[in-house]
Amino acid sequence: MTRSANRLARMLALVPYLQQNPGIETAEAARVFGVTERQLRDDLDLLFFCGLPGYTPGDLIEVSYEGDRITVRNADTMARPLRLTPEEALALVVAARALAAEPGLSERDALDRALAKLEAAFGSVESRVEVSLDTAGETLALAERAVEARRRLRIRYHNPSRDEVTERDVDPMRVVNVEGRWYLEAWCRRVEDVRLFRLDRVIEAVELDLPAEVPERAASKRLSEGLYEPAPEDPEVVLDLDREARWVADYHPYETVEDLDGGGVRLTLRVHDDGWLRRLLLRLGPHARVVSPASLGEAVRETAAAALAAYGARTD
Amino acid sequence: MSAPKLERLVNLLLMLLSARRPVTIEQVRSVVPGYDQADDESFRRMFERDKDELRDLGVPLETRPVDAWGDELGYLIPKDSYELPPVSLEPDEAAAVALAARLWASAGLADASASALLKLRAAGVEADPVATAGVEPRVAARDAAFEPLLAAVRAGRAVSFDYTPSYADAARRRTVEPWGLVHRLGKWYVAGHDRDRGAPRAFKLSRITSGVTALGAPGSVTVPDGVDLQAMVAPFDTPATGTATVRVAPGAAWDLRRAATSTAEGDDGWTVLEVPLGDVDRFAEWIAGFGPDAVVVAPEEARAAVVQRLRAVLA
Repeated sequence: MTRSANRLARMLALVPYLQQNPGIETAEAARVFGVTERQLRDDLDLLFFCGLPGYTPGDLIEVSYEGDRITVRNADTMARPLRLTPEEALALVVAARALAAEPGLSERDALDRALAKLEAAFGSVESRVEVSLDTAGETLALAERAVEARRRLRIRYHNPSRDEVTERDVDPMRVVNVEGRWYLEAWCRRVEDVRLFRLDRVIEAVELDLPAEVPERAASKRLSEGLYEPAPEDPEVVLDLDREARWVADYHPYETVEDLDGGGVRLTLRVHDDGWLRRLLLRLGPHARVVSPASLGEAVRETAAAALAAYGARTD
Repeated sequence: MSAPKLERLVNLLLMLLSARRPVTIEQVRSVVPGYDQADDESFRRMFERDKDELRDLGVPLETRPVDAWGDELGYLIPKDSYELPPVSLEPDEAAAVALAARLWASAGLADASASALLKLRAAGVEADPVATAGVEPRVAARDAAFEPLLAAVRAGRAVSFDYTPSYADAARRRTVEPWGLVHRLGKWYVAGHDRDRGAPRAFKLSRITSGVTALGAPGSVTVPDGVDLQAMVAPFDTPATGTATVRVAPGAAWDLRRAATSTAEGDDGWTVLEVPLGDVDRFAEWIAGFGPDAVVVAPEEARAAVVQRLRAVLA
């Protein structure tokens, strides 16, 4: 939609909204519509010349300001907003369905009821767009409750990079879903920093009889660019991947990728903790080769040899 | 859009919404401010564009005969088709809708869900997104192919695009009858009938390397009954057909422990797990990743597959 069409669409919602909320503060109305107060006033100024045929003062929409409050009157023709477009109904219903499928979400029941009412009002929406979120069940329910009640949690958490489980006391900040997975964002008292804990990796969680104390300096992570941001000081790893292993580039952030003869790629990535990478290399077997550092390739071979020994298999 | 044009559009809308009978084009011209100064030709062009603008927003601007003889056509916006139908939501239902509207993080359906929420709020539904700030679901749709594919899915039209699968070097042109779009673990897929292969296939949007061209008439794609879009994009989740017994080292192989259906502590400090087993090769690949921390005890077939994989690392 073009910006001007957006503005017209906004005005068609603004007029009934302001009639619903007489005397609303300009700042509040601007926040709801996601515009500046200046933009909002520009929109309202246009309405001074809008109304019904005749266009006498009695026919025109009336906009009045009292201090920083606005009231719109004499706009009965536009007392209700325009109905949802099929795309708007789809956006809302698909999102509500995705969330309603999560058994641990406390809003689930309300979502189901709201969906039934929305579909009764707007007609049923075909499921041509589907979003599947990983389910986190009881852990999500516990995390959401703790966020709401501002209670501290004690969790046993699996760090997959090191394949270890640690116990931490955390002060919950919010529950987020990124790329289909649920996380608890919390102030971790063990590392004294904000951390995202993937809920399916929480082995155990209990609510403590203590209030959450999130320090003021704790800032929520920006989620717009995904979760993993390799740091420039992390060691560089160069891998040659056969065609069969090229999919790795789809799932891990990398620095550079170049095509190799035969359909493979050379991938350069920065890796803070290479535990996951070693496991990945064991899984890829002959389809991946470590170009550098040589020590990583050697470590993977040693691990494979140790594993074979556990099977009583000869390694020569 | 200039201020005079916006004013004209709002006035046109109000006139057609309040009219009880279809309004002729001459009435529109003489009544709505802004049309009166234009000559015949430019008035017609303006009016055509204005009708399109309103219809693009979803305004049901209808053309109907002015009288029973049907010689002359007029225009009307029926109020009951224009207005959002009554929706009465309890406070918790309204909050849940506000939460759902925040799911779309960027591009894609984000604008549509934001404007949908505004319309509901303009109808008196108290759905303030700020009230549900403790939960933040975010599904992004940044792929350039998302919007054209969504349009094609909704219109029921076939599409063609260049596609580079992960195992191939070069892009190939694919022609697909799209049945739907599916988001799974951060990736968008279009699932449908692949005309080149004559079979159902799913395509990852991030691997579409060209623009998307829509083909054929709207409504020409039929979605088969009972199609499971989710299953089409998750072909690797092969159902478990049995279980494997796996020994895991103390404090290690947690991904395996979480997948286990039963757990028993051995007397040597290791833990014995029963783990669902589907495709043996994929299972062996997964187990190999744990190195010496996970050892398959049974079945023999899975044990042999792991040994073979580990040997390949040393080859």
